[in-house]
Amino acid sequence: MLTAEDKKLIQQIWAKLGGAEEEIGADALWRMFHSYPPTKTYFPHFDLSQGSDQIRGHGKKVVAALSNAIKNLDNLSQALSELSNLHAYNLRVDPPRFPLQFLSQCLQVSLATRLGKEYTPEAHSAVDKFMSAVASVLAEKYR
Amino acid sequence: MVHWSAEEKQLIAGVWAKVSVEECGAEALARLLIVYPWTQRFFSDFGNLSSPTAIVGNPKVRAHGKKVLTSFGEAIKNLDNLKGTYSKLSELHCDKLHVDPENFRLLGDILVIVLASHLGRDFTPACQFTWQKLVGVVAHALAHEYH
Repeated sequence: MLTAEDKKLIQQIWAKLGGAEEEIGADALWRMFHSYPPTKTYFPHFDLSQGSDQIRGHGKKVVAALSNAIKNLDNLSQALSELSNLHAYNLRVDPPRFPLQFLSQCLQVSLATRLGKEYTPEAHSAVDKFMSAVASVLAEKYR
Repeated sequence: MVHWSAEEKQLIAGVWAKVSVEECGAEALARLLIVYPWTQRFFSDFGNLSSPTAIVGNPKVRAHGKKVLTSFGEAIKNLDNLKGTYSKLSELHCDKLHVDPENFRLLGDILVIVLASHLGRDFTPACQFTWQKLVGVVAHALAHEYH
């Protein structure tokens, strides 16, 4: 469960990105495709070369969704409701627990490379819990 | 047997040369206990684990973290025989310590994040790919003797 402290930490970390959110989205996606090749199977229609416009574009979308979720930490279910429908009925990505685990790992690596020591154990814990909560919401309508 | 390209070996060695085994080991173990608190069940005799600050400052956590990462160093010297290198440790974790191998994967992922925070941009996607592969293979070798 996200505590009040977790929520504060998540918002603080996100605030430190100061405009680099899109870059991080693209970086996290690229790392995910590179480190976990099976995740590419969901993007056969994409140019998956490094720096591709599609990766940048999609990274931007993912980060925008996460930013929205972070503004609505008290009601993630509602904030992510549309995305939840999309993933369950349309995209049918394997229940988000799995690929999202990889995205979570790569997003955190991306954050850690930029924030260094500021990505404290407490912040790490809060972000990990947050991504886990996002995965749960996205999986809600699967069956 | 896992195949390691020359480039992968170089990426592993390059990152390892920049690592303080004591610092990174302590930090990785502390983060495991903080981010995944249920793992504290394996360390009930470590004393004060009541808060992130307590865990980070706990001397037993630091010492054990160093031990774990030192063992990782052994793996790096024996990339072509990880199962052999970890055979005894695998038996220990199964028979005496009763650790669910899923925890090795968790620690591996945490180690990658610790490396990322220490190395910054130098921890390129290529580095991450190679190190995710390495921690995966080490986790597998540690689980190998489970029965």
